[in-house]
Amino acid sequence: MKAAVILLPGLNRDRDMIAALTHISGEAPLTIWQTETSIPDDVELIVIPGGFSYGDYLRCGAIAARMPVMQAVREKAEKGTRVIGVCNGFQILLESGLLPGALMRNASLKFVCREVKLEVANASTAFTQGYSQGQILRCPVAHHDGNYFTDADTLAEIEASNQVAFRYTADTNPNGSLNNIAGIVNKAGNVLGMMPHPENLIEAAHGGSDGRALFESALGLVDA
Amino acid sequence: MSIPNIIPITEDLIAAHGLKPEEYQRILDLIGREPSFTELGIFSAMWNEHCSYKSSKKWLRTLPTTGPRVLQGPGENAGVVDIGDGDCVVFKMESHNHPSYIEPYQGAATGVGGILRDVFTMGARPIAAMNALRFGEPDHPKTRHLVSGVVAGVGGYGNSFGVPTVGGEVEFDPRYNGNCLVNAFAAGIAKTDAIFLSEAKGVGLPVVYLGAKTGRDGVGGATMASAEFDESIEEKRPTVQVGDPFTEKCLLEACLELMQTGAVIAIQDMGAAGLTCSAVEMGAKGDLGIELNLDQVPVREENMSAYEMMLSESQERMLMVLEPEKEAEAKAIFVKWGLDFAIVGKTTDDLRFRILHQGEEVANLPIKELGDEAPEYDREWRELGGLSPLDIAEVEEPEDYGQALLDLLGSPNNASKRWVWEQYDTLIQGNSLQIPGGDAGVVRVEGHDTKALAFSSDVTPRYVEANPYEGGKQAVAECWRNLTATGAEPLASTDNLNFGNPERPEIMGQLVMAIQGIGEACTALDFPIVSGNVSLYNETNGEAILPTPTIGGVGLIEDWSNMARIGGASTGDAVILIGGDCSHLGQSAWMRDCLGRAEGAPPSVDLMEERRNGDFVRSAIRNGQVTSCHDISSGGLAATLAEMVMASDLGMDIDLSGCHGPAHGLLFGEDQARYVITVPSDLANYIMASAEGAGIPFRQLGAVSSDSLKIDGLMSIPVSTLRATHESWFPAFMDVPEALAAE
Repeated sequence: MKAAVILLPGLNRDRDMIAALTHISGEAPLTIWQTETSIPDDVELIVIPGGFSYGDYLRCGAIAARMPVMQAVREKAEKGTRVIGVCNGFQILLESGLLPGALMRNASLKFVCREVKLEVANASTAFTQGYSQGQILRCPVAHHDGNYFTDADTLAEIEASNQVAFRYTADTNPNGSLNNIAGIVNKAGNVLGMMPHPENLIEAAHGGSDGRALFESALGLVDA
Repeated sequence: MSIPNIIPITEDLIAAHGLKPEEYQRILDLIGREPSFTELGIFSAMWNEHCSYKSSKKWLRTLPTTGPRVLQGPGENAGVVDIGDGDCVVFKMESHNHPSYIEPYQGAATGVGGILRDVFTMGARPIAAMNALRFGEPDHPKTRHLVSGVVAGVGGYGNSFGVPTVGGEVEFDPRYNGNCLVNAFAAGIAKTDAIFLSEAKGVGLPVVYLGAKTGRDGVGGATMASAEFDESIEEKRPTVQVGDPFTEKCLLEACLELMQTGAVIAIQDMGAAGLTCSAVEMGAKGDLGIELNLDQVPVREENMSAYEMMLSESQERMLMVLEPEKEAEAKAIFVKWGLDFAIVGKTTDDLRFRILHQGEEVANLPIKELGDEAPEYDREWRELGGLSPLDIAEVEEPEDYGQALLDLLGSPNNASKRWVWEQYDTLIQGNSLQIPGGDAGVVRVEGHDTKALAFSSDVTPRYVEANPYEGGKQAVAECWRNLTATGAEPLASTDNLNFGNPERPEIMGQLVMAIQGIGEACTALDFPIVSGNVSLYNETNGEAILPTPTIGGVGLIEDWSNMARIGGASTGDAVILIGGDCSHLGQSAWMRDCLGRAEGAPPSVDLMEERRNGDFVRSAIRNGQVTSCHDISSGGLAATLAEMVMASDLGMDIDLSGCHGPAHGLLFGEDQARYVITVPSDLANYIMASAEGAGIPFRQLGAVSSDSLKIDGLMSIPVSTLRATHESWFPAFMDVPEALAAE
């Protein structure tokens, strides 16, 4: 499956993401610069990595969501192409309207980088099928604005339609997210946004490989 | 309206530029006329302590700076050391003390930005950062504000730029009440055949300005950093620069991309004293003159004068000399990254530094002399130290050793610094093998299967205060030891020398003797100094900081699968002390933090022993025989054991009955050249026999077992209790409403 990584000035986990995808699939992903207006048809997985696009000097992800390349991502997503946004990528997907809700400043008001535990809340998405339902994963986080919030109706709807892919275990919620939400998918199930960094836990050097199955799932490398 | 260049030069104006009357006379003698206002600013920028090292130069020359692996020693933006396979590590440590005290967030942020720029200016991609931070006593009304601002600033810049912060130090002492210390370290990796230097080459070539626009921020910053503080400190806030990590990240990518094209002949970042220092350095090093036309400088404010442009310390700027035929290609790269690109001048063959502004020549100075003829002082200094060792019989044993250990682990200087380093991105780039909390940070070398680099930053200021010479040695030895404790071969180091006012003989004595100690240790341990920075005048109202010569070191691990960690032990492993029993308590952390006593001589450093014991430990680690390792430093054997059990989450059964001397000395003394290692039980006899054969003092202390730290007859504390105590001080101190209100 061909993957592409979106590059925007200020993103800084792009190299981590490219390395992870290359490591897992054996093939380097395409890279697509902010000014591109289309994404090749044969790309089946688009990844927006983490970082501080445009410095995050406005609301995180707000400028990125308005760049030409995001219109191209939106068009592909509407056609069913798989899209993953991690950290700043998640913020960008929210600002683009591809996912519901918002990410506020962490409840601690501080940047936090540590390992947390994630519960696989829905193991039947395209991104989580390599895990089992309720499985507990290790995963690092590194963010300042990861406090997931939405209105009560939207929250109820997300929960009712099983759109929560990952939750922080209650004792490791690093940011105050509602319902311990760490990652959600859209209704159609082809767009995933998550704050934690599975790309930083995929090989022995990282001290574990719990993040690997997410990319294997998204790349179609596990039996559904 | 712009500020005219014809402001009369008065005595007050000269003094306000930090120039002494005799230094001004030197200027008059050098140029044979009265300088213009802009020229006075340029001299002030070049001749202040921060840029000219006028008080320290004589002594810095005595440091060992070469070695078989050293490709570039001091004098460039950063030092460069060969790590084999065509790769090299580029690193430096630099202070941003004065600005951080005035404006903690931006001061610390731009300190990180400055050191990262030094590294990528040389053509290296930054792969690791560290920060050595020192603050006043916790109860001082400014301390929380400074801790919160500095930590947020370090994180705010480094996290956004995208470099993992893998190590550092945080310490509190009343002597930093009026001057906090922010020492920022960065390291990057480059190809040995693609190192970029600041030396300009070729006459008539374009001098190109790249990066962010020039504003009025930081005008006179380097001069400010070369003076003491007093009550007027608030007025100095405008001399602090404002950081923009987003622009710096773009500048990094643009510079590395540009360097690939072969267009770059010379490159120098604009740090202290901005355009002045960078242009002079490029010209003087290349034996060329430089002519700048300030009308071409991208500015973000209107009506900036020549003086302001030349002295601005706006961040995220670079100066380059480019191949003229690659100009278009170079410009395209910078446009792509949204950065300014402007040809602001040219190299000349007349060795003059000429500045044109609005059709007028506002400065015309001899470029070589601006640097070379800077004043240099052989300042008076006084021999210090000479305290005799404290007789251990004068120190009462604690009634309850377990409580004593808990008191120590829960005290500000020995508590866990997790509150700090969890605000730093320690994992970005995906290569972090060891993050803060162990002996050294370790990052694997990208593109190489087994190689990794270890980083540590160390100094024990209370030792340096008690005996600057031994303290200088100890800072180097501890850094070397921390690298060794991971299994790394220490390669080279960088020094960041923070002291008070060198015009006082006792401060100058601290500086001189510390450098002597550092030099001796670096020579004995083959650990040359390849870069560094001196920060003097760290005084407020006449009170100086503790002398703080921070040493940042880099080590090479050939195969990280055999590296040692602090917490790798398994149940049943033997716990072995490498080094002798301790019977010395002078200047120990336990006495300072639990008894409030700072007495006696610090532990002496035997460099032969340091090297012998370290080489033994390293080879055992590299042979895969060691399951965990930790050096013994502040807090002594007791703190080392406690830190090891907390990291492994397994207890230890320790028996000190075979040791010599009173228990408080054995547990809390800080004799040097010592490590605790754990080894699989079936290898214990082999390791101890090897130690014996090599003449290394050793002792089996016990074994890894259960979930408590048990020291026979003295204490038995659950690991969970140790951890709760160790982890609680910092959050309890910082996460209170007053701390938030102070922000």
